[in-house]
Amino acid sequence: MPGGARTFLLLAPALVVIGVLFLGGLGVAVLRSVGYMPLIGLTDPSLDAYAALLSNRDFYRSLALSLHISITSTLIASVIAVGAALLLRRGFAGRGIVSFLFQLNLTVPHLVGAIGILYLFSQSGSFARLGYQVGLIDQPGQFPALVYDPFAVGIILQYVWKEVPFIGLVVLAQMQGIGADYEAAARSLGARPWQAFRHVLLPLILPGLLASSAIVFAFTFGAYEIPALLGQSHPQALPVLAYRLFTDVDLAARPQAMAASILIAAISGVMVWAYVALTRRRVGG
Amino acid sequence: MGRALRTTLGTVLILWLVLPLIPLGLWSFARGWRWPDLLPPVWTLDAWAYALSQTGGVLQSLWTTIAIALAATALSLLIGIPAGRALGLHRFRGKALVELLILAPVIVPGIAVVFGVQTVFVSLGLTQSAMGVILAHLIPVLPYTILVMAAVFSGFDTAQEDQARSLGASPAQAFRHVTLPAIAPGILVAGLFAFLVSWSQYILTLVIGGGRVETLPLLLFGFVTSGRNDIAGAIAMINILPGLLILFVTARRLTGRSAALPGILRP
Repeated sequence: MPGGARTFLLLAPALVVIGVLFLGGLGVAVLRSVGYMPLIGLTDPSLDAYAALLSNRDFYRSLALSLHISITSTLIASVIAVGAALLLRRGFAGRGIVSFLFQLNLTVPHLVGAIGILYLFSQSGSFARLGYQVGLIDQPGQFPALVYDPFAVGIILQYVWKEVPFIGLVVLAQMQGIGADYEAAARSLGARPWQAFRHVLLPLILPGLLASSAIVFAFTFGAYEIPALLGQSHPQALPVLAYRLFTDVDLAARPQAMAASILIAAISGVMVWAYVALTRRRVGG
Repeated sequence: MGRALRTTLGTVLILWLVLPLIPLGLWSFARGWRWPDLLPPVWTLDAWAYALSQTGGVLQSLWTTIAIALAATALSLLIGIPAGRALGLHRFRGKALVELLILAPVIVPGIAVVFGVQTVFVSLGLTQSAMGVILAHLIPVLPYTILVMAAVFSGFDTAQEDQARSLGASPAQAFRHVTLPAIAPGILVAGLFAFLVSWSQYILTLVIGGGRVETLPLLLFGFVTSGRNDIAGAIAMINILPGLLILFVTARRLTGRSAALPGILRP
């Protein structure tokens, strides 16, 4: 059998599965979002669902909330992750525990982390109780609203908790691949520690940092269960709004749900593409 | 950075990483833990007894979750091992495009495809069934399996197969006695992480299962929103268990970075 045909046969089942389920699912969502449903006689595509969605104030509030959640979580997680990787690179007491916890944390389902955050930071949670015990507050209501809150603090806390180990391990692997020689050279030429980090190490770890934070951005933008559990009821994060439209008793909302899901895919796709393009240029230049 | 500062920051990091898991564990042994008690006034095994009873529904949900994850893992290995071989060993036209297609489901959120998949599955009678949920779980599970297996095969030397063949082994024998032993540790890691990815799914199960297929994450969400913190704590602990086991297995099988590598593919 010629090599090309053999390679194709090895790949074919995987390509069929991903093609049918992933591309098919995406394609059907696009068709339904433009109202193309030949089975019930709708063969005239229209952009009504998008128009309805884009003229809805709730949509923009959900979009703003979701962008806020993913941009803030990604930025905070990236900064802490680089710090943690710098810490892990050098030895310190408890380094073994941190790397074990990093790996354990990667295996914990997001929902479990979200419930942990809920029990810690809700107004009757552990920190509120601690506040009462030390005499800072008298009632649960006096504790600042950190979950079900307009600024999505609880959601962001959960993402930071989950994603610091993810980005941290990617960046740490890069740092270990680079070694300490370049920084040592910069230091011997008179660079301060901060300068050696800013001008030597950071550019070298940037590809891994940007790639992992792009994945984090897309994930935090499109995840459902975390904002569904920790978010307030109005406005809802975009994925929660999409699911609500999808399960609406009014079936006319379905195409809008499809449109919302396509917009989520498009926005996370564009962000990832921008990051990749940025990474290539930085690495090339 | 001074040694003392490093130790302090490391301690803060450890505390922050463990912190959210503590109330979950405490709740699973608590009774009547009301405001403003810092610790449960009464310790009990009630929540665990409920979670592990035959009638509570948690065990049933546990078996459903395990069965779905095992099936998704088996299917994705069956499909992913050959694909991983093609990507890890061969160069061919359009490879970059194929890699992009395989990476896409890792990046594009599940909610973007699941409504479309549900629409098709309804007409095929696959919604509200474990079979439909297993197929939907392949969307995130298969790419991870392929990527891990591609990494495994990129370190595999095909000359060993050629030698076995030149000594008279059939292709099946060469695979059984030469290739399989070489890639077995990689298959184990790929399988364990495939299991974990399926185990943690939420929105795909919710939309495709339509409430009929109740995996542990769905059950857990229900207990949290109905305020049964004690049972939610117990289910959350059960939910963490496979990850913990997998961590110990892979840490012993492989060393250091290679164990973490497949894990870090997952946000």
